[in-house]
Amino acid sequence: MGGTNHPQSCHNLPSPTMSEIPLHDPMSARSEILARIRSANRGILGVDREPTADESWRTIPRTYRQNSSLADAGRVQLLTERFIDYGAGVYKCQSVDVAAKVADILQSRTKQKLLVSRDVDPMWLSQDGLKFVYDNELSYSEIEDCDGVLTGCTVAIAATGTLALCHTSNGNRRALTLLPDYHLCVVRASTIVETVPEGFRALEAHRLQPITLISGPSATADIEMTRIQGVHGPRVLDCVIVV
Amino acid sequence: MSPVPAHDFKDSRSPDFPTAALPLLQDAQLRNNLRHATGIIQGKRARVVGEMPDWQALREAGQRIRAHAHEYLDLYLEQFEDRCTAAGGHVHWARDAAEANLIVVQLAKHSTGKVIKIKSMTTEETGLNRALEAAGISPVETDLAELIVQLGHDKPSHIVVPALHKNRRQVRELFARTMNLPDLGDRPEDLAEAARLHLRRQFLSTPVAISGANFLIAETGGVCIVESEGNGRMCLTLPRTLISVAGIDKIIPRFQDLEVMLQLLPRSATGERMNPYNSVWTGVHPGDGPQEFHIVLLDNRRTEVLRDPEARETLHCIRCGACQNTCPVYRQTGGHAYGSVYAGPIGAILTPQLAMMERGQSLPYASSLCGACYEVCPVKINIPEILIHLRGRVVTGRPKALSALHPEAVVMRAMRWIFSNSTRFSMAQRVGRIAQRPWIRRSGWIERLPSVLGRWTRTRDLRPLPAQSFREWFHGRHESSAVLPQSSEPHHE
Repeated sequence: MGGTNHPQSCHNLPSPTMSEIPLHDPMSARSEILARIRSANRGILGVDREPTADESWRTIPRTYRQNSSLADAGRVQLLTERFIDYGAGVYKCQSVDVAAKVADILQSRTKQKLLVSRDVDPMWLSQDGLKFVYDNELSYSEIEDCDGVLTGCTVAIAATGTLALCHTSNGNRRALTLLPDYHLCVVRASTIVETVPEGFRALEAHRLQPITLISGPSATADIEMTRIQGVHGPRVLDCVIVV
Repeated sequence: MSPVPAHDFKDSRSPDFPTAALPLLQDAQLRNNLRHATGIIQGKRARVVGEMPDWQALREAGQRIRAHAHEYLDLYLEQFEDRCTAAGGHVHWARDAAEANLIVVQLAKHSTGKVIKIKSMTTEETGLNRALEAAGISPVETDLAELIVQLGHDKPSHIVVPALHKNRRQVRELFARTMNLPDLGDRPEDLAEAARLHLRRQFLSTPVAISGANFLIAETGGVCIVESEGNGRMCLTLPRTLISVAGIDKIIPRFQDLEVMLQLLPRSATGERMNPYNSVWTGVHPGDGPQEFHIVLLDNRRTEVLRDPEARETLHCIRCGACQNTCPVYRQTGGHAYGSVYAGPIGAILTPQLAMMERGQSLPYASSLCGACYEVCPVKINIPEILIHLRGRVVTGRPKALSALHPEAVVMRAMRWIFSNSTRFSMAQRVGRIAQRPWIRRSGWIERLPSVLGRWTRTRDLRPLPAQSFREWFHGRHESSAVLPQSSEPHHE
């Protein structure tokens, strides 16, 4: 960095390290804060902090609901109600009919050119008059240029109407479900859980990936407390539940 | 400690709460809007909390997770730093607001003269926008309400709905002028569309974004941000560099703990079962999102709060705002009266502590101690008890020489002298009955008392002392007849 200006190439500069930042002794900020925390906690909790952090964490009472009380049909029903509540479209079909259902929905929404994320089953794609695009390092303007995006989801939480997307850089990055104005998500009934804790158990294995939880289209109530649907993300969200 | 101007809880001079509240209480429009907005959010919250059979269990777990995280805060911060660094992130530590601003400004100098921002209480606390502007960097607020406030060179009027004071026609006029859209309509949908197009260009062209953080996950080094509009996702995904500023209190131990926090926060904050977008990321993800990630861990006297056993649970706060929407004082005055970025009941306990009791001493008194804030708090912060504790700290913190002469102390000593002797007590009642006469208004109430006592009646009306006290009545009965009359009057004392 060193005070020079490279407005054209700023994107390519290596990030500055702490030693390049003219701070008053940055390492001492770290040790000073940690020392203050230790001294504050010692004064209250005593010198020997027992048990260990792990043991103590395990004693946190978790008497909230951890499991579903609903049968499969009940979870599908609850998720459907929540989506409708959020103003999202909900469709149901058998697994053999997904391609036809997707084609139907896209036609009624007049969407032709769809991005397809890597977690989409190729069996869900029909070829009649639709153009499906995979993300092979597309630029943001190429992503924006598509009419919408088709994705699957890792887990869906019925109680809150939430779709959990776990992203990967090879064809399922975050920008795909952000820049286009339309999102169609295919949810397998087997991935629907009822409660939030069940959802997080399913996400545990993906916890180091970028995760996006989507609960209805984006919304704001900033003008006169009127709820407006669709601000920056996809303004229309549709969902096909494969039963 | 730096040339960068910073908001400092100690240095800011602002009037005390009653003085600041006075003009706001006379603004009928603001009060109507406030009541309307807080009423709507309160109703929605009550509905989605009421449908949860395990709400109390979630609150209990939330409280315990926060308390546990703060007991092991040093370990968890180190763990967070380890994991975040291993995932390609850069972790910075800032003792105070000025240091945090300095770090961010140095990093943001890579940008093209502007940065995009997600609404963040922590960067408001540090006064980051002023520091950026002083360094020639324009911060672009991307939250719709913040954008309205920023384009109008205005001040936020409410913490939940910062542009509450503007109606749709005013917003239309503002957008039409600043975005050069003469044909813009005034439906909220039209206005949101204008903001979408205006900001989309900023999202795609600005190389640096600045955010706060809702939760830092020690176990993974990950960060979680909760939002509604999608401006957050844009800022977290599109720029090349992302800088997040988070208080050290934001740590949660494990990824799994989100299952509690993400149930408590949206229902308490906006009355939604879940807010539209939650994002979790960990350091840098090659090929997806910002390829440079910095996080600034801010103390700014949080460690001082941690030091007070009676008040440290103030740091449990997850910034939902439920205590403000339910507070009978906040619902009348709004946020400005608190003279701090943190308003309402939580502001009344957090602000004076972050100022080390050197400012905001009137705030612990800005409460009727009704307890509504405690009831709605998703992590069970006992705000009324902390308010009383802090009132104690305000009183004991007064210089010794002055404290004995403080009007309140003098009045209290006099009261003790009177109340500890029945003759003095009844004498005082008789004197009071005569002395009060000039102050009783036609309404039958005392609305204003003279001198020091006037501080009591500044915000309250007082019933006059009755013509006969209970003791006088009681004694009178025994004297007039040996046998109590068999009347319908209640006498179950």
